[in-house]
Amino acid sequence: MSEASSSDEYGSAGSSDLVNGEVDTTRVPLKVENLEKRFGGITAVDGASFEIEKGSMTGLIGPNGAGKSTTFNCITGTHAPDGGRVEFNGEDITGLAPHKVANRGLVRTFQIARELGEMTVLENMMVAPKGQRGEALWRSVLPYVRDDVKAQEREMLERAWEMLEFFDIDHLANEYAGNLSGGQRKLLEMARALLTDPQMLLLDEPFAGVNPSLEERLLEHIHELRNQGYTFLIVEHDMDLIMQNCEKVIVMHQGRILTEGTPEDVRNNEDVIEAYLGGEV
Amino acid sequence: MSDEEKGYGQSEEEQRAVVMGIDFRNDGYMLLTLLVAVYAAYLIGGLVIGLPFRGLMNQIGQLTFWIGVFAMAALALNLHWGYTGLFNIGIVGFMAVGVYVTGIISKPVFGSGTSAAEIGGLGLPLWVGILGGMVAAGAIGFIAALPALRLRADYLAIVTIALSEIIRFSLLSDSLSKHTIGGYTIGLGGGDGVILDYGDPLEQFIRALSFPFDLVLGESGWLWNEVYLGILVDFVSNYIPNNPKPVVDNFAYAAVLLVILGIMYALILRTGNSPFGRVLKAIREDEDVTNALGKDTNVFKIKAFVVGCALMGLIGIFWFGTQGSVTPNTFRPRITFYVWIALIIGGSGSNTGSVMGGAVFAAFLFQGPRYFKNIVETVLGNPEAPSSFGQAMEPLLNGGIVEWITASFLFTLDSIRQLQLFLMGIVLIVLMHRRPDGMLGHRKEAASSIPLTRPLKRSGGGDDAVATDGGEDQ
Amino acid sequence: MGESSTSDRTRNIDVEMVMRALLVILAVVLLVDLVRRLVTGDVTISGVLVLVKDGLMRGLVIGLAGIGLSMTYSILNFANFAHGDYITAGAFSGWATTYTIAGGFGSAANIGSLVLVGAGGSVFGGALGINTFATPLAVIIGLLVAGAFTIVLALVMDRFVFKPIRDSGGIPLLITSIGLAFALRYSILFVFGSGTRGVTNTGTLPGIRPYFIDGQVPLTFHDLVLVVVAGGLMLGVHVLLQFTKLGKAMRAMSDDESLARITGIATERVIRATWLIGGGLTGVSGFMFVLWKGTISWNDGWLLLLLIFAAVILGGIGSVYGAIVGGLVIGLTASTAVIWIPSGFARAAAFLVMILVLVARPQGIFAGRSTA
Repeated sequence: MSEASSSDEYGSAGSSDLVNGEVDTTRVPLKVENLEKRFGGITAVDGASFEIEKGSMTGLIGPNGAGKSTTFNCITGTHAPDGGRVEFNGEDITGLAPHKVANRGLVRTFQIARELGEMTVLENMMVAPKGQRGEALWRSVLPYVRDDVKAQEREMLERAWEMLEFFDIDHLANEYAGNLSGGQRKLLEMARALLTDPQMLLLDEPFAGVNPSLEERLLEHIHELRNQGYTFLIVEHDMDLIMQNCEKVIVMHQGRILTEGTPEDVRNNEDVIEAYLGGEV
Repeated sequence: MSDEEKGYGQSEEEQRAVVMGIDFRNDGYMLLTLLVAVYAAYLIGGLVIGLPFRGLMNQIGQLTFWIGVFAMAALALNLHWGYTGLFNIGIVGFMAVGVYVTGIISKPVFGSGTSAAEIGGLGLPLWVGILGGMVAAGAIGFIAALPALRLRADYLAIVTIALSEIIRFSLLSDSLSKHTIGGYTIGLGGGDGVILDYGDPLEQFIRALSFPFDLVLGESGWLWNEVYLGILVDFVSNYIPNNPKPVVDNFAYAAVLLVILGIMYALILRTGNSPFGRVLKAIREDEDVTNALGKDTNVFKIKAFVVGCALMGLIGIFWFGTQGSVTPNTFRPRITFYVWIALIIGGSGSNTGSVMGGAVFAAFLFQGPRYFKNIVETVLGNPEAPSSFGQAMEPLLNGGIVEWITASFLFTLDSIRQLQLFLMGIVLIVLMHRRPDGMLGHRKEAASSIPLTRPLKRSGGGDDAVATDGGEDQ
Repeated sequence: MGESSTSDRTRNIDVEMVMRALLVILAVVLLVDLVRRLVTGDVTISGVLVLVKDGLMRGLVIGLAGIGLSMTYSILNFANFAHGDYITAGAFSGWATTYTIAGGFGSAANIGSLVLVGAGGSVFGGALGINTFATPLAVIIGLLVAGAFTIVLALVMDRFVFKPIRDSGGIPLLITSIGLAFALRYSILFVFGSGTRGVTNTGTLPGIRPYFIDGQVPLTFHDLVLVVVAGGLMLGVHVLLQFTKLGKAMRAMSDDESLARITGIATERVIRATWLIGGGLTGVSGFMFVLWKGTISWNDGWLLLLLIFAAVILGGIGSVYGAIVGGLVIGLTASTAVIWIPSGFARAAAFLVMILVLVARPQGIFAGRSTA
């Protein structure tokens, strides 16, 4: 379990509700208000606002260039927004560095699975957990204190194995992550993200280039996790997938939120149809 | 505690020390085998040719020194490059900082004693100087790190070499060569360099070790006087009657270096096989991902860089600290080059590889050619060699093929110190083509303080980890 | 390997802006101080002009050599640390030729000594009376040989050293180039010996010493030659890049190699052209540098290399104009720095400028533009 640490690193918000097994759906962990981001002369995000409810699975869709990835990057700290506000668990995290955002329980995956190629799958997993005391250099080197690090690592190792088993990739534990197939990398990406003990997961096109059977497996896992209380925000191009799996859909267009609602609402929304201009809705 | 008691099963793939098809069972044996093989080669070569005993001992002593120095340097560089992916080609600059600062701190105060030095120091004990040298090297590393670590690898390379050049200019400059501050006349010595007249480090070390014995026996420097000089040097003088002490000194110093190498190896191994080391490797692989997993990569990079630079400073002190004097020209870029080759030979990313690479480099690429020259010249009876390429080529113009071959051979032999570098360049190119992963190839050295094996199934099932398969239990 | 994040987090923006502000402040402070020194008579205007001229000349050499490096960097995607030794190799090959011709193919001095550019003090360029005015043929042919030799060297080295690992990525290529650099440098040392030697006789060289406000600003014929040659070549490169098909292909490849491949641009041809043009310019710059400063040494190229990197980075990798401008700026900095700081640190000043630029604007001055 992550230990309480300096508030700057791990956020001042309360600890995860998952410990008690309760899911408080009335809370809104993620709130985005009037987000703005410009690149040179182009305004990629032009006043986007939305809220994500705890324990929900929300899809973020929109035609190319709508500003989905940029919004994503602004939330997770890769870009600093030019305007607006991002609030997570009641705390203002606008413009915070990526590692600080991640430490507060808001974790992202990457569209192209970025495994740490020259490290084994297990090593990849062991990087993820928060609050590793051994990450302080002196703790790893001094003799007596190192035993404590070892104890913590054993705990982490067990959790890592369990996670690998959950995703059915435990047989690859000692393989170089770079040798994995594309699908296995995606699974690793998600397993690794989960090991950071997040509250909310931002998935960046997790199904891009994924074959149907793997897609099914991924969806199964995501639903299972969602049932355990994790919150998901998924950016995807595959609209059918979003419509069939998410309870709420947010549509972006030209940097703004066009509309949001249930898949039904969105499917029949004229503006959305127009925005996609003949694309399949 | 066996793996069973700890609750872990056998790993699916045991990490074995397998090099070129030979299974050494563990790294320690592998290193030992390498060292034994190297020494054997040197001894046999010398004995067969009939080198005089003193010369042979000197060569072996030198070899040990170079093995110690290059292995340690490769270890430090491995921390930067192999683990963290920081491309540091300013190594020699940090070594210079270490030596010069140690000199400034530990040299006798100007005007005291009979030293012929033009500038003095602060007169503090040597160990303070060494510590200070390390801290200074680390501090320079820190200052460099702040702006530079955000840069990509090749830019960082250029900046580090620019930094080492700036350091060299500072050492050469007249304006910093001599100043009187607070009553102390200190400086960097400019082009003339600095005389390291703080006394023989080896003697000081042994005297320091002698402290407990001194207390018991009521003497001063018992270990030095009675044991070292009295027993050891005396014993050697049976075989080397004429001034045996320098030879013994060489050996003893080199032996101390090997011990320090062992300590450094153990410490760095601990550093690498830990969560800290793991994050460093992750940074090298993909810094953005590491950040996205919640690690403050800047802090890790700075720590790794500063520690590595401090180590480089220390190694510089070991390397040059017993030389008697240093000048700015002592610290040439080729020294950085040596360390890089040693690392690449051994295999960057592997600590054992760094040590092996250092040993192989020292034995076959650095000392080796010089030893070879020594041997051949002894066999040929120290013939005179042409003094320039032009002279060596002259017989060709007159049609004397045999003389030309002889002259060229002798000239080549004579210039071995320069040709070594040509050879090293070729070796590096060939290595990068054929075996970029070095001797230890693509070894899985998982960065963790515990072996990463599968835990045995536990009967209880419940634990306080993230509930992954026990959803129904809630 | 992960690249350092160049994302524009607010923190990063602040650092870049601060550094830029610092640079501007520094420039202003130095300018004000310069005026002060001029007024108090610490330095003379003519003295400053001499430094400026000196700096520009050096800058031309650096810029000329930098074009090749910049091209290699952007089209072949690695920093070629052997570039400095290409310069030295070009210089020696050219000067060996010049000596041989000026020495009458063995009539004025031993042919061996001539070919080895007077190694070990066997023959002196001054004694041979070499300079552009007195021995124009020797110099011109030497220049051409320098260029040709370096072209061949670059192509051969590419074929055997770089091509086999072309796809390995920038860092393995960089490391390999360091190995090549040492191999080249020490074989030059082996053959030509150590020691710096004078190669020209400036006694018979025409020059002018115009009086400028408060002192003389000497200009020699060799200054003119350097300007003409360097300027001419730079103009030629400009014409090539802008008006020829090859130039367009090079610009395309420097922008995006995969795209270039798809659109059918023969990348191997472009790569060869890169080495050809880069190699030729590099060899010529080495020869000219020696002609201008009057001495030659096995270390010359290596000592220039860092300054050339500084120039290329300053100007923006891949930009030919950037290399030229960067070269001039670096040359000027290294030269005029002596006004404010002790001469031992003059080169350090140039490096500091480079480091500051890397922190403030890593893309360089001409960032965003391709090889143009």
